[in-house]
Amino acid sequence: MAGTVTQPRRRSPAPRNLTEPLPVRVGLTLIALAFLVLFLLVPLAAVFSEALARGWQAYLDAVREPMALAALRLTLLTAGIAVPLNLVFGLAAAWCIAKFDFPGKSALTTLIDLPFAVSPVIAGMIFILLFGRNSPLGPWLAAHDLKIVFAVPGLVLATVFVTFPFVARELIPVMEAAGTEEEEAARVLGAGGWQTFFRVTLPSVKWGVLYGVILCNARAMGEFGAVSVVSGHIRGKTNTLPLHVEILYNEYQFQAAFAVASLLAFLALVTLAAKGLVEWRSSRAGAAADAAGPGEKAA
Amino acid sequence: MSIEVRNVTKRFGSFVAVNDVSLTVPGGELVALLGPSGSGKTSLLRIIAGLERADAGQVLFEGEDATRRDVRQRGVGFVFQHYALFRHMSVFENVAFGLRVRPRSTRPSEQEIRGKVTSLLQMVQLDWLADRLPSQLSGGQRQRVALARALAVEPRMLLLDEPFGSLDAKVRQELRRWLRRLHDEIRLTSVFVTHDQEEALEVADRVVVMNQGRVEQVGSPTEIFEQPATPFVIRFMGNVNVFHGRVQSGKAHLGPLALDYPEHPQAEEKKAEGFARPYDVDVERTDAGGHGFWATLRHATPAGAVVRLELEGADGAVLQVEIARERHALLAPKLGETLYLQPRAMRVFVDPT
Repeated sequence: MAGTVTQPRRRSPAPRNLTEPLPVRVGLTLIALAFLVLFLLVPLAAVFSEALARGWQAYLDAVREPMALAALRLTLLTAGIAVPLNLVFGLAAAWCIAKFDFPGKSALTTLIDLPFAVSPVIAGMIFILLFGRNSPLGPWLAAHDLKIVFAVPGLVLATVFVTFPFVARELIPVMEAAGTEEEEAARVLGAGGWQTFFRVTLPSVKWGVLYGVILCNARAMGEFGAVSVVSGHIRGKTNTLPLHVEILYNEYQFQAAFAVASLLAFLALVTLAAKGLVEWRSSRAGAAADAAGPGEKAA
Repeated sequence: MSIEVRNVTKRFGSFVAVNDVSLTVPGGELVALLGPSGSGKTSLLRIIAGLERADAGQVLFEGEDATRRDVRQRGVGFVFQHYALFRHMSVFENVAFGLRVRPRSTRPSEQEIRGKVTSLLQMVQLDWLADRLPSQLSGGQRQRVALARALAVEPRMLLLDEPFGSLDAKVRQELRRWLRRLHDEIRLTSVFVTHDQEEALEVADRVVVMNQGRVEQVGSPTEIFEQPATPFVIRFMGNVNVFHGRVQSGKAHLGPLALDYPEHPQAEEKKAEGFARPYDVDVERTDAGGHGFWATLRHATPAGAVVRLELEGADGAVLQVEIARERHALLAPKLGETLYLQPRAMRVFVDPT
């Protein structure tokens, strides 16, 4: 799930004796392409063709329908809160883990991965158990007229939980690879903790940060399971885009369902494009850093 | 500024990196910490810098206790072994960093920073590379940027960790001389760590030889070389022939050698080791003085002004001898020939136990 920022390989022609025979090459390529088409392109095309099955007017109507717009707004809101929160958290956690030694470090690393290990549905249930009407906190919340479950705060909490590891996971290896010498150099030169962080640590991992944010955002917008449990499916109030798609589909409004789904698919495509751009930029930055050779450690 | 280290100890887990070390670096001197890897020299340097905290002992700057002083307040310039340049900043910004992070009240103006960085880059002859990134520089250039960056904050001392460690031989030679010249000009108290004895002897005013977390000897390069204080120092400073044996009643019996040793007149027998440098051994066809011992010639390698001979003693020990090329031509020994060896100078260390 959490990819790493890929480093560029310098392209060199493969030695001739290592080249496979032509039929094998063509066969393997075709299989890969067929797989790609069958599982990625066909579904994507199906989404858009179904969405446009009754023409542009019907598509626009479905997308402009108030409930759909409310769902879009809610999705952007949850992502807009969850992503910055997890950015701050991920940076702090990765900084701690990569640059310092302390007891309980491996426990913390494992804990960060917990949301990956737990099924999103269970994640949603956790929040119902914690903040629901029958929970220990329930009466107090009700007395103060605070709604968490079946309301926007619950959606945000569930999304934050599910997207918790993305930024941290992405940054820990990048920060560890960078080592601590540059930070030490900054300290000797008189920089304080914040100066060191903002002037030295952060710029050296900026592409990793962006990549983590993009992954985190993709998941935040697409999350279904955890959000579905805590949402309560109140139309126009607690339905995010994925939930709205499900409701429309269950009501046999196929064309409208696919139209809204196409919005989500479009957001995903934008995210993917952003990710591709970041990878491309970071691989160029990485190539420069590689040439610098930070790894030439000799005893 | 003078640096004094008093009874400093540093442990990493059960490993004692620095073991009760005391040391004084007078102001303006260029001192080398010399030792094999794991001898504690880098740890000691980092303790002086404040990057590492000593478990016990004190660090004093100009007689003032700085043990608890934060690294930022110590006024040290530190050059890291792998340079640790900020990889996303240009050469110029790297050098300017220490000035830019100062609190606003003491921060120089943009114009002053520009002037200062430019003059530093001119000093290290890199002003034409100011806009490059560190990744676009060679190792020697990066090293000089690291030095300029360390000097930009006007440190009261300069600490260098294996400054030439990851450079190739030729660049290393050049930079060594350059560092020596630079030190002669600015006279900044400087300590550098190295495992290369040649480098230490060539560059430093004073050499501190370290081994297993302890100081073996402190002295000028000449002293270290000509009067090594311990068997470790004599071995570490270059090739040497070792003769094992014992001393008793003013006599030493070391392998095939018997010699007077008035330093130990007691009747008690003690273990001892004798050391003779390859160039302190004479080679003869006959044992004229009667004090020599024989060995068989195995190899002869010409090496510039000298010829290196490798011989095998009666007990099978390998002996190394260097004789002048002219002497070799005159003697013309053949491989497999038996020759008599006579050490001209010998240092004997009695085992204290």
